[in-house]
Amino acid sequence: MRKNPRYLLWLIIGLSILAVFVNLPKIGNFNPNVVFEKLNIAKELTFRKGLDLEGGTSLVLQADMSNISKAQKPSALDSAKVVIEKRVNLFGVSEPIVQTSVVNSDYRIIVELPGLTDTEKVRSLIGTTAQLTFWEQEASASAKTASPSADQIGFKQTNLTGADIKQTSVSFDSNTGKPQVQLQFTSEGTKKFADVTKRNIGKPVAIVLDNQLIEQPTVQQAILTGDAVITGNFTVETANQLSTQLNAGALPVPLKILSSSVIAPTLGTASLEKSLFAGIIGFIIIVIFMCVLYRRLGVIASFALILYTLFNLAIFKLSSLTPYGITLTLSGIAGFILSIGMAVDANILIFERMKEELRAGKSTETAIELGFSRAWSSIRDSNISTLITSFVLYSFGTGIVRGFALVLAIGVLVSMFSAIVVTRTFLRLVYK
Amino acid sequence: MNIIGKKYWYFIISTIIIIPGLISLYFYGLNLSIEFRGGSRLTLSFEKTVTDKQIQGIHDIFNEKKIKVATIERSQQDVFIRTRPITQEEDQFLIEDLKIRVGNFKQSQYETVGPTIGGETLLNALKGLVIASVLIVLYITFSFRKVPKPASSFRFGIAAVVALVHDVLVLIGLFSILGHFFGVEIDSLFVTAVLTVIGFSVHDTIVVFDRIRENLKKIGGADFEQTVNDSILQTLDRSFNTSLTVILVLFALLLFGGETIRWFVVALLVGIISGTYSSIFNAAPILVVWQDLVNRRRKTS
Repeated sequence: MRKNPRYLLWLIIGLSILAVFVNLPKIGNFNPNVVFEKLNIAKELTFRKGLDLEGGTSLVLQADMSNISKAQKPSALDSAKVVIEKRVNLFGVSEPIVQTSVVNSDYRIIVELPGLTDTEKVRSLIGTTAQLTFWEQEASASAKTASPSADQIGFKQTNLTGADIKQTSVSFDSNTGKPQVQLQFTSEGTKKFADVTKRNIGKPVAIVLDNQLIEQPTVQQAILTGDAVITGNFTVETANQLSTQLNAGALPVPLKILSSSVIAPTLGTASLEKSLFAGIIGFIIIVIFMCVLYRRLGVIASFALILYTLFNLAIFKLSSLTPYGITLTLSGIAGFILSIGMAVDANILIFERMKEELRAGKSTETAIELGFSRAWSSIRDSNISTLITSFVLYSFGTGIVRGFALVLAIGVLVSMFSAIVVTRTFLRLVYK
Repeated sequence: MNIIGKKYWYFIISTIIIIPGLISLYFYGLNLSIEFRGGSRLTLSFEKTVTDKQIQGIHDIFNEKKIKVATIERSQQDVFIRTRPITQEEDQFLIEDLKIRVGNFKQSQYETVGPTIGGETLLNALKGLVIASVLIVLYITFSFRKVPKPASSFRFGIAAVVALVHDVLVLIGLFSILGHFFGVEIDSLFVTAVLTVIGFSVHDTIVVFDRIRENLKKIGGADFEQTVNDSILQTLDRSFNTSLTVILVLFALLLFGGETIRWFVVALLVGIISGTYSSIFNAAPILVVWQDLVNRRRKTS
């Protein structure tokens, strides 16, 4: 079953032109990205770079430790840091710096976010405590309790809190189309929630966030499944924000923003140019090495490799439009180098196999086809195992580990395409 | 060439390389960087916007005083410097020297900061690696399920992960020694290097195993040892060429990439060499040794 290589060739040419368009920077008045602006993608396409290369935003948060005993302060600060780290990660910022700081008797958290300029958004995300509580009506109106807000005199707090939430997500009300936050409680939270709803059928239960009443729905029936929905007056953005905060957990201490500043890139352009120069030298070495080892085949592999690099860079750039934007830092670059190694390896595997088949007396054309089909199982298995590793690292990792895993996974996928489609199509055309 | 015949020699070589590293790891541990241990953060406020030259000057002074710096950041008139923990006294001297070199400023902040890579990050990475290893064993067991008896696909999976652990131990052990005797630090880049080596190690091992699988299917598993040996020899060219390509690129990075990534590249070099060695001389021979054990047990029972 041989596909017509001509269609594949056009596909490759089309993709390459697209990749070149995406990769080109603005040249004078001509902006190659104008095509994308026409497609209503307002954001300009840029490579996202790390703090050292691009700069970003730095926030200093001061923890209000007035209610915490002296011995508990360091651990309260540490757990606040963990919550902030989670929120920033869920927010989609890659490779942030979050660290604790102690000055005299002040406890602080320093947050640095690469490439982010919308400080207002960041402020509202990480500045709020996100303490979610549920309140029910007092049995006897005479009992006095602290009320969460003026509307709620006669309410008392239940034992159900944001800590009982397993997972949250944003959904849309099927009737009104308004965004809402969907809660799923842990098994213990489910029990608590069932108890609260059982006790209060026909009565209101108030949902309170950071001492602000969000809503006060009346319980229709006992809910035993552990699912609940908050339908405050949300916009998509505020619903997303609340969902993120609840997923990351509440802050153990209130934090207030002490200062925020914009950080300029420090890794001077000289250092960047150095790494880039080394990268280009490395690339040339690969090309020479492949051409010496495999002659004509090596030239073809080098072309495939150039396309491979183009495709990858285009994907990095396009990723800045998605929430999974790739930040180019040294760890990401390490993932990229590894994936180039694997792309070269795929070519070497195929060529070595072809050599073997030729030695066994097969015709050139048969050797090409056999080279691919026999090398395929090893390319597939080795790459799938690499993909497994990178997916696991991505889902468990934070910061640098994530950036590395994402770049590696994309690189491996593109390298499989490059070896199987690009190299093969070129070979078939050359040896036809 | 008979590689399998000398298999115990290769195991001995691996042991000789790993043991000193393990001893160093036990006695000296790892020389962790500021990113893991925390340190001090100084804020200097200048009167005018900070120039590149001033940043360079600050950099040079810390270098001369042999005070390790993690990051130097600037925001218009301010400069933030993360260093190893420094005492109040050291700080005073430093400020005086800095003022002479880069002009007048006022030190607006002196903070003690925690690690930027917390225990949680490392723990998560470790958890991820354990889960990934289990999944790799499962995947190989599945993908190699058709290898004819007496070989077993599960053993292929375990052997691949043993080779992976070998490479990680070589790398971490060596950097423990380098850390103790030459002050080389374990930083976030080292963590990435370890991850890279793990990716390469499994990749390389599977290519060798794939050949064994193919040959076993073709000629059956009657002479397992011979088949494994042939497969290694058939993939030797490829293993050598691939590793050489990667090593050449790394040498380019080592020579031209600048100081920031020097030890990172060294870690990658060590890992790639170890990864190539272990897939040929450890992973495949382990299959043979395991097969021998199974055969012997079957005979005696």
